[in-house]
Amino acid sequence: MSGSETPAKRDGTARPSSWPAIASIGVATVYLIALLGAEKQSVIISLLVAGIAAVLAGGWFGIFGGVSRAFSEHEDRMGLLAIVALLAMAAWFHEDHFVLLLVVTVLLTTVATLGLNIQFGYAGVLNFAGASFFGIGAYTSAVLNTTAVPHLLVPLIGGALAALIGSVLLLPVLRTRGHYAALITIAFALLFKTFLEVNDVLGGPQGMPVKGMTLFGWSLNDNVEIGGITLSFYMSYFVLSLALLAVAFVLVRRLERSWIGLNLDALRLDETAAACFGLDITRWKITAFLIGNILIGIAGALFGTVGGFVGPNNYTFADSLILVSILLLGGIGNPWGLIVATFIVIVVPEKLQTIQEYRFLLYAVMVICVLLFRPEGLLPRPVRRYFPGWRP
Amino acid sequence: MNAGLFAQYVMNGLMLGMMYALVAVGFTLFFGVLDVIKFSHGDVLTVGAFTALATYVGLTSAGLNSNWLALVIILAVAVMAMAALGMLIARYLVMPLRSAPALNTLLITLMLGTVLRECVRLFYPQGANPKPFPALLPRSSIDLGAFNLRLDNVLMLSAGVLTIVGLQFLLNRTRLGLAIRAVAQDEETARTMGINFTAIVLITFAIGSGLAAFAGVMNGLYYNEINFGIGLYLGVVGFAAAIIGGLGSVYGAVLGGFLFAGLQTVGTVLMPFASAYKDVFAFAVVIAIMAWRPTGLIREKISERV
Repeated sequence: MSGSETPAKRDGTARPSSWPAIASIGVATVYLIALLGAEKQSVIISLLVAGIAAVLAGGWFGIFGGVSRAFSEHEDRMGLLAIVALLAMAAWFHEDHFVLLLVVTVLLTTVATLGLNIQFGYAGVLNFAGASFFGIGAYTSAVLNTTAVPHLLVPLIGGALAALIGSVLLLPVLRTRGHYAALITIAFALLFKTFLEVNDVLGGPQGMPVKGMTLFGWSLNDNVEIGGITLSFYMSYFVLSLALLAVAFVLVRRLERSWIGLNLDALRLDETAAACFGLDITRWKITAFLIGNILIGIAGALFGTVGGFVGPNNYTFADSLILVSILLLGGIGNPWGLIVATFIVIVVPEKLQTIQEYRFLLYAVMVICVLLFRPEGLLPRPVRRYFPGWRP
Repeated sequence: MNAGLFAQYVMNGLMLGMMYALVAVGFTLFFGVLDVIKFSHGDVLTVGAFTALATYVGLTSAGLNSNWLALVIILAVAVMAMAALGMLIARYLVMPLRSAPALNTLLITLMLGTVLRECVRLFYPQGANPKPFPALLPRSSIDLGAFNLRLDNVLMLSAGVLTIVGLQFLLNRTRLGLAIRAVAQDEETARTMGINFTAIVLITFAIGSGLAAFAGVMNGLYYNEINFGIGLYLGVVGFAAAIIGGLGSVYGAVLGGFLFAGLQTVGTVLMPFASAYKDVFAFAVVIAIMAWRPTGLIREKISERV
């Protein structure tokens, strides 16, 4: 569009500046570094209280309107900036195994919720077995990392397997609607966990260890030394996860913008009307379900490798509900909101040990409150925009 | 297989079926009056069973020795407490969301189920572990050749049958039942006929939740053990049973419950080597049956109004 008039100029209004978004990313990065680095519970609690107060104050003074406008106007630039911010955060904690593992968990969970977002948020296909498909990916890595399969292929195989096993559910899910389809995925989540517990091949209730990744003869489970600075071995996994998240994010964004996303939206909003306009409902539901599961499975496989251990208790129905909670808190269909919500949902219980045990309860209550008082989520999905400066 | 073992399997199947049926009836009742699925139904059952257990612990520490009296009291407390809980859920979580998308009701009841389950796990003393449930019914049994007919099973089965027959009587022969059926058929017409819609919905939720508490106590008495996850399991199977029987019909739900129990029993008989996989099998049956008959055994006529 360079050289020609932008639609915004035609309106006579200037394109919003990107400074509010840049500033908010900067503030968020500093805040997260402080929060992740804090050790004392009292410091963590005061930081969290300060964060909540700042968000409430920001909402009161109406700052967030400007920030979200700036985000949607300069999305590509903000994406790059967010990557830089995450890299800066990782560089700050380059020796700290625990913090890096936490950040990697957040990144991979975000990838999984992005997959869930395609199913739930765009196509309206219910999936309450997200953690099970995540687990399928993780168990794939546990089994395949000890074999001669190239380790970079393992996550892809994990994704493919999650999609394949998920397609067993496709027939019942497609034949039913709404609550009935939900029942099928819930039954699958329970089945999966029980199966993992009673089988003998996959380690039973004890689970099994996962071998670290080796890329081109270089083991990712070794610390890296560059010029006298030791980097935690999680740094390599961090870079890998960040790359995966970037790809998944761009993919989901493009998908949403494309006519596929438009079809999925139509499907979710009114199946009958969509069918009347000639959309093949079955085809698009299958597409959304499979793409979503592939993303979840890839993230799961990488997560299994990073964690070094898989067990049935990490992939329960309650964990699936946590994924759904992230989706609802972030605002269904809004990928940026998902990143924020995942950070909150994963990091807060890890840092605040007192609520670790209560996290399922806490997030269930939070989702109930959100549904009662703010059903569109904390960061609602913005109206689809086709070019910068366009207003409906 | 000898006759004794066969009779034992039949008895197990009947007990299982009765519990499934009682849960399924709740789903059917809620769907009838409000057209909603309350996913927290199974967890209400869990809370009911734990309420009964807590009451029993309280009674024994107060020095009550009679098993019969204890049973009557814990049953009454559990049923009444769950009826009240069901009304609260209906009033403050389900009814406010009537105009919202169906997905929201689904999510809110699902999350409420998690809240109830987690509350039991976290706040009941050692709630994360399975708890022993007292055997309050007489343990004597009648010897029928190769088969021991246990008296407590007979008592529980007859209590279940009486409850379902009583419910059917209530729905078909009383003014209250007439009102419930009227609301289920057409809310607006029922309102114009002077029926208090809110009251009827609340009463229906109370009845359904009370039945769940009854099923929870029955589950505890039968297995002599309860844990915080039973509700989730019974809820999923009960919901599937209600769908198979055709949502909205009480006898359909009962039929669906016994059908599931029958399939499960046949599964354990035919595959004794895979007894560890019996829950896996049960959930697989749920998925398979839903794929086969998504709208119940008697096919629902689907018409879309545009």
